[in-house]
Amino acid sequence: MSELLHGPWPWYIAGPLIGLTVPALLILGNKSFGISSSLSHICAACFPANVSFFKYDWKKEAWNLFFVLGILIGGLLAANFLSNPDPVSINPKLATELSDYGIVNYSKVVPAEVVNWNSLFTLKGFIMIVLGGFLIGFGTRYAGGCTSGHSIMGLSTLQWPSLVATCCFMIGGFIMANLILPLILSL
Amino acid sequence: MSKQVAAGPAHWSSKIKFMIVGILFGIVFVKAEIISWFRIQEMFRLQSFHMYGIIGSAVVVGMISVFLIKKFNIKTLNGETIIFRDKIFSKGQIYGGLLFGLGWAVTGACPGPLFAQIGTGATVVIMTFLSALAGTWVYGYFKESLPH
Repeated sequence: MSELLHGPWPWYIAGPLIGLTVPALLILGNKSFGISSSLSHICAACFPANVSFFKYDWKKEAWNLFFVLGILIGGLLAANFLSNPDPVSINPKLATELSDYGIVNYSKVVPAEVVNWNSLFTLKGFIMIVLGGFLIGFGTRYAGGCTSGHSIMGLSTLQWPSLVATCCFMIGGFIMANLILPLILSL
Repeated sequence: MSKQVAAGPAHWSSKIKFMIVGILFGIVFVKAEIISWFRIQEMFRLQSFHMYGIIGSAVVVGMISVFLIKKFNIKTLNGETIIFRDKIFSKGQIYGGLLFGLGWAVTGACPGPLFAQIGTGATVVIMTFLSALAGTWVYGYFKESLPH
């Protein structure tokens, strides 16, 4: 039991639990699973700046902000009370590749050598933190959803535009990880 | 415009259940290493089945759940009929999808994991999050002039 709680969970436990979020939100309150829209609600709440895209009643979508706050708290609880004892064990090929860029510490959720407060002011860190974040926000809103809204909720309800979006997420990811990221990490 | 004061405690307590679902969801994110930049790198290099197994099995469970909800006309806890909204195709799903894919692989996070990563104490991810907010805002500002 202790091992179950403290060791990393396999995909066949985690995947179905994530899938169950879809019916849970529907049955609890007729809510469609989606996370990136929370970013939009925060913009609408904090800096609408008379932009028509943000002129809507974000309070009606407040459930979504409670949901993402829950994700943050869940991360905090898991990291402090249920944390996996060992660093992530990664494919040896990835380990070899990353060691070429000086990345050998797998104990954090982000690579500590390149993603930290000091690196924020280097070109490499700026691209990985600030530009990367910008692409997440801009891209998900442009696509009308992210991995949760399109890839899980959209595919679960057989929406073909969500399949298009998911394929494009993956293509973008493959291009970045294999073609562009090596250049960024070499900076 | 005067701000409407949120109605009493009942108003907020009705949202707590969504926070609880979020907490459970966040715990799964950490325990299955979904929020690890390294796991995302493996996925996009086809070096591990882990993330594919997670997304694939989540979709299968989601599909079966939606099928059952429709087939048995399952209602919400308040007895409402469950509504499914169709996604409307636009070229944004292609352009935006590709851009998000680039951001996903470089940061190792999609929007959900950003929140969980901050929760685990990776404070620098707050900057990634603020930047994602900026990206969302810039999209909203330029929406009309972008191809859709």
